[in-house]
Amino acid sequence: MDELNRDTGTRLVKRGLAEMLKGGVIMDVVDADQAKIAEDAGATAVMALERVPADIRRDGGVARMSDPEMIEDIKNAVTVPVMAKARIGHFAEAQVLQSIGVDYIDESEVLTPADEAHHIDKWKFDAPFVCGATNLGEALRRISEGACLIRSKGEAGTGNIVEAVRHLRSILGDIGRISQADSAELFDWAKKLQAPLPLVQEVSETGELPVPIFCAGGIATPADASLVMQLGAQAVFVGSGIFKSEDPAPRARAIVEATTNYLDPSILAKVSRKLGEPMTGIEMDSIETRLAERGW
Amino acid sequence: MKVGVLALQGAFGLHVKALERLGIDAIEVRSLDNFDASEALIIPGGESTTMSFLLESSGIFDSLRERSAEGMPILGTCAGMILLSSKITDGRSDQKPLNLMSVEIRRNGYGRQIDSFESDLSIEGFDASFRGIFIRAPLVESVGEEVEVLAEVNGRPVMCRQGSIIATSFHPELADDDRIHAEFLEMVSSS
Repeated sequence: MDELNRDTGTRLVKRGLAEMLKGGVIMDVVDADQAKIAEDAGATAVMALERVPADIRRDGGVARMSDPEMIEDIKNAVTVPVMAKARIGHFAEAQVLQSIGVDYIDESEVLTPADEAHHIDKWKFDAPFVCGATNLGEALRRISEGACLIRSKGEAGTGNIVEAVRHLRSILGDIGRISQADSAELFDWAKKLQAPLPLVQEVSETGELPVPIFCAGGIATPADASLVMQLGAQAVFVGSGIFKSEDPAPRARAIVEATTNYLDPSILAKVSRKLGEPMTGIEMDSIETRLAERGW
Repeated sequence: MKVGVLALQGAFGLHVKALERLGIDAIEVRSLDNFDASEALIIPGGESTTMSFLLESSGIFDSLRERSAEGMPILGTCAGMILLSSKITDGRSDQKPLNLMSVEIRRNGYGRQIDSFESDLSIEGFDASFRGIFIRAPLVESVGEEVEVLAEVNGRPVMCRQGSIIATSFHPELADDDRIHAEFLEMVSSS
């Protein structure tokens, strides 16, 4: 296309896609068949990866970017946006993902970090990035590096919502407190959060993050989706929770319905019936590797 | 004036904010009851496949077609334009449009996210240009005789009007410019 004044990769264009994903469910898929099931169920986007977090946790070893061939297969199978994960700090993996036209790059703690001090400089990319965060300081540091979307990390691959709730409450609670703070207190907040002062001031003024906040890590049921939406998440990522359950298609559809109708318990009751067994969850005390502790 | 914003999924929050700036308390439409309480409707951007499925399961799909036939003013942006169209190509084979506007659409016709763009538009009836933000935007392949084209990019329609329906392939709710919303509200008040 040869339009004269056509600007790509702008801040608005990159941040805009996250606005389009609000109120929806982004589902982890490992092949084209699962991607089609997810799209049939009403997923707003799919996250293409070789192993869902529950399997990464079980198998151990180094988890890396997925095979580009497999990501391309998934891109060709669906019309919704396709996301894929790069390791924290692994900008070369991110370059590969951008070059094959992935719609969103997740710089993810679910994969083994490649750099112990630096996240990717996401401003250098035309593709938008999503990053995880456990608290507001972490979220604002990721935004200062160019993230266009934040997801609370939760604890991926556990089917246990408790960590997602902790992280959401921490992020949104501090946003509430900062919006009540006076201008002098914001300097101290910036120091405590180890976040850039201008971003802290922006949060104080607007009462919200500069980019959307979604929830990930542990969602396994329609009621889980409603819980985190009511707490203030604007959309949900479901990883192992769908394809590690007994009957993925109806569960996926039920979670989509629940995310839209999160305020209506009667609809939640209707869609939660006869879904079969959810994924088997894991108690936090029994896990060795906390994925949420990766990244800083 | 009771203006509903379809809130099944997508960028409905930004449309609600635009209406607030223009002094209108919007109704977030998730159910048939919300829809019935609305005099006019905005269908936001988002994923059209997701919205298609939720329009059916909420029962709004059929009601919306009936109300439109009675002249309900509708503004559809991006996915909203796809849903309003008469024919969708490169979509899912089972995706059924509302068929309320005589435009044929190719989904993601401008490419994937990496090709999403901004461009200054000259819109019929506007004095100054409007910043069009196109995100995985639908391409208008053809329009029927009854459709008035209000703006183009590279000779392709990006904003159309047919009766009381306005559709854009870009996102006026992302631009810091409420002129399209204001024009829509004017159409609502005169209808």
